[in-house]
Amino acid sequence: GTDDHSSDLFWESRINMIHFVLLVSRQGKVRLTKWYSPYTQKERSKVIRELSGVILNRGPKLCNFIEWRGYKVVYKRYASLYFCMCIDEADNELEVLEIIHHYVEILDRYFGSVCELDLIFNFHKAYYILDELLIAGELQESSKKTVARIISAQDQLVEAAKEEASSISNIIAQATK
Amino acid sequence: MDNLFQRSLEDLIKGFRLQLLGDSSFISRALEEIRREIKATDLSTKSTALHKLSYLAAIHGVDMSWAAFHALEVVSSSRFHHKRIGYQAITQSFHDQTSVLLLITNQLRKDLNSVNEYEVSLALECLSRIGTRDLARDLSPEVFTLLGSSKSFVRKKATGVVLRVFDKYPDAVKVCFKRLVENLETSDPQILSAVVGVFCELASKDPTSCLPLAPEFFKILVDSRNNWVLIKLLKIFSKLASVEPRLGRKVAEPICEHMKRTVAKSLVFECVRTVVSSLSDHEAAVKLAVAKIREFLVEDDPNLKYLGLHALSIAAPKHLWAVLENKEAVVKALSDEDPNVKLEALHLLMAMVTEDNVSEISRILMNYALKSDPLFCNEIIISVLSVCSRNAYEIIVDFDWYVSLLGEMARIPHCQRGEEIEHQLIDIGMRVRDARPQLVRVSWALLIDPALLGNMFLHPILSAASWVSGEYVEFAKNPYELVEALVQPRTDLLPPYIRAIYIHSVFKVLVFCLRSYFSAQESSSGSSSTVYESILNLVNVIEIGVWPLSGAYDVEVQERAKNVLGFIGMAKQDIAKKVNLQDNEAEACRVTAFMEDAFSEELGPISANAREKVCVPDGLELEENLGDLEEICGKFLKPVESDSVSCTDKITFSVSNLRIRDQQEASSSTSLPPKESSSLLAEHRKRHGMYYLTSEKNDPDSNGTPNDYPPANDLASEILLDPLDPKRKAKHRKSRPVVVKLDEGGESRITTSQAKTKQESVTDDESLSRDIQSALLVNKKGKEREKCEGNSNLVVQEEETSRIEKPQNSEKKKKKKKNGERTSGKHRSRRRSEVASSSEQVEIPDLLL
Repeated sequence: GTDDHSSDLFWESRINMIHFVLLVSRQGKVRLTKWYSPYTQKERSKVIRELSGVILNRGPKLCNFIEWRGYKVVYKRYASLYFCMCIDEADNELEVLEIIHHYVEILDRYFGSVCELDLIFNFHKAYYILDELLIAGELQESSKKTVARIISAQDQLVEAAKEEASSISNIIAQATK
Repeated sequence: MDNLFQRSLEDLIKGFRLQLLGDSSFISRALEEIRREIKATDLSTKSTALHKLSYLAAIHGVDMSWAAFHALEVVSSSRFHHKRIGYQAITQSFHDQTSVLLLITNQLRKDLNSVNEYEVSLALECLSRIGTRDLARDLSPEVFTLLGSSKSFVRKKATGVVLRVFDKYPDAVKVCFKRLVENLETSDPQILSAVVGVFCELASKDPTSCLPLAPEFFKILVDSRNNWVLIKLLKIFSKLASVEPRLGRKVAEPICEHMKRTVAKSLVFECVRTVVSSLSDHEAAVKLAVAKIREFLVEDDPNLKYLGLHALSIAAPKHLWAVLENKEAVVKALSDEDPNVKLEALHLLMAMVTEDNVSEISRILMNYALKSDPLFCNEIIISVLSVCSRNAYEIIVDFDWYVSLLGEMARIPHCQRGEEIEHQLIDIGMRVRDARPQLVRVSWALLIDPALLGNMFLHPILSAASWVSGEYVEFAKNPYELVEALVQPRTDLLPPYIRAIYIHSVFKVLVFCLRSYFSAQESSSGSSSTVYESILNLVNVIEIGVWPLSGAYDVEVQERAKNVLGFIGMAKQDIAKKVNLQDNEAEACRVTAFMEDAFSEELGPISANAREKVCVPDGLELEENLGDLEEICGKFLKPVESDSVSCTDKITFSVSNLRIRDQQEASSSTSLPPKESSSLLAEHRKRHGMYYLTSEKNDPDSNGTPNDYPPANDLASEILLDPLDPKRKAKHRKSRPVVVKLDEGGESRITTSQAKTKQESVTDDESLSRDIQSALLVNKKGKEREKCEGNSNLVVQEEETSRIEKPQNSEKKKKKKKNGERTSGKHRSRRRSEVASSSEQVEIPDLLL
């Protein structure tokens, strides 16, 4: 089963800066999770529960970092969404805040003033964008323009393939709606 | 046609928002649907089902491990769209134990070799997340190729994967390291950023092996204006400087430049952190860093305030002045809204404490503790307690003040640190003779405080207060009131073991009073009736108070109560008699004197390894065979078999019987008489190990030198006999009382265990660092060859690096490398030690030193 390996939350050796990314709405609904370190499904749910409890209850004037189980969680609220990233003690909190902001800006550029609904309905897009921003928990692309270009290139790839594959069924689907 | 009626992910998400079924039943219905669809042969249907499943797993925590094989099927599709869904599912759900993991190698290889760069990117991303040792080994050639790709998009992603590959399969370092180093010289900022990221992690694991690359890093540190890259470089140099302190001098200057130049707070903070943690000897840099910290502290931004405090606490051990300069800001931060900020401020304040300001800071903190929430309040209390008691109350001069502070803490409403306060009250009583009168005063105040009895967190404090009052009763102002406090009815709120201590203290007070009564009578011949009255009153109060407890359920309480009552019963008559006839030596008088003697022996602190220090008395043979004992005992044992056996006889009988049986067993099973007793001892030790005190060198023979330490209590009393040591003070108006401090000698033990764990962790990373080092050697060699070929670009570089390498040095290196090659594989341990020695000799170019 999934729970066999490493029952605790600590991993043998660190090979990435960011351990996970979490997007939680103000109501505590999870909007995106991305795990760069090995957690079982059970641990994931536990982490989400624990952290969203702490973060949602923090007042607006407090700092954006929390010390949590020997790690640091950097979070920032944008409109109704909390963006959280978990890093090691020695990592640079402000840098992570910048990465979060960077991600939000790219999302904003991609969706055109992004809102929570965009992320709900296009949750996979939010993932793909994150994958262009971070690889293995490290920032890999600091240019917003480049990320936008890469994402749209891949979108076109998908669209082209889709049209080619299911143009007929698309038409039928449209007609039967 | 399946495809037509399948719900898409969007349908699922929309449906979820409109559903009235309740989350869990909606999800289970959706899962049913997915399980059906995912079995379809059509890859579109399958991939859509998988996509929906990934969504449910990511957002709703649904288990998707059962779909592992389906994910593999989807990945094998030729369409990018499917592949992307498949890879996303795999990165999300696969782990080292996933059974189908073995089947993915070929698919990954195929995609890594794809002409479509986006497919390559998917495969790389996947490898970076799920790579196992096998995958890393099998795919490292592909990764190596991609590290040299002409497309920067691919090269960048390949760089990101390298860490995972190195981590799982250290041999890959040999293959890939050179390309990685080459990428350090790239002009592409994205690739540079990725490579520096990799080296940052490598350096944090094993700084020594990255040391030879210091010139390359230095160049980037000076030239780069990319904050992300610079932050990583600072981290690298902070690690490198820890193994090569001379680097600090070189990098301090450019770091200061960045600190002055940049407006990016993240970079400033990283510079500050690097300086205060790794370059703390470079005065100018530290001054600049502290100035920057001050800027952070005065900002309104809570993030900067927090980080400023954090940086101060890193600086505190070596540059306390930096903290003292910012004392105001620190104290202000104690009342911050943010618990993190408060906590940092508290730690800093504690770092500032010295014997001159301890009372001032404690007063400030006690005021905050009264106002704070329970969590922070107790954090304050425990910090004060631990700082003040550090190293046998090193910073405390005025113990009267400190003891009163302990009493004050007990009265803070949220206080939950009863046990620590208990420990210190007793500890001070034993160690600091001069503090005892005040200790008794404070204890008395605690005992009569009604609030404390009702708070179970504070019961330990009452236990200490009652013990102190009994033990040092000679300082009590009014024994009668003390007894009243100790037997007050509300003490039934206390747990039995503390009540037992109360009763025992009553006993001590009683003995003390009676003794002074009797001795007063002896000397002054004929006492006033008021004294008689008061002693009778005291006895009566005790009798009334303790009497109900003689039927207590708890045996400890009961026994002690009965002891007291029995003693009173005996003494009462004599007290009455004494008034009338001035007789010599009444029974009670003698017993009281005896009891007082028993209580009067001073209790001192006991060192944690006191047992080691107890020397074996002359003539005691620990190793001797006690076989003769059987004969001797045998004589005594015979008459015991008669009927008139007293209780105590029975016990001796059974004990000696036991011993004989043990010996018989031992002698029948083994035949080594001389070591018999010691083997029995060893066995006992083995069986009842937990009752033995742990000690590393408890056997005086093992280290060759006889143990000549005096027994712990002797040591204590020796120090106690010595009154105020005049050498110590002079500085203070009020001299510091003697604090008994034993040479604990525990430190060495701690350090050895630390060293051990350190060593263990070193061996963990050893294979990786070994490979990096050998790769670096290969790299150097490669560079030399390129130089011969006349590569003009590299000549400059080579000159830089080789300038320091004195001829014999480089020769040595080559030789070493040869050795390494020859012994590889077979003689692991030998090779390891060689690498270790080579790592000590890693050279840094002169230009950096």
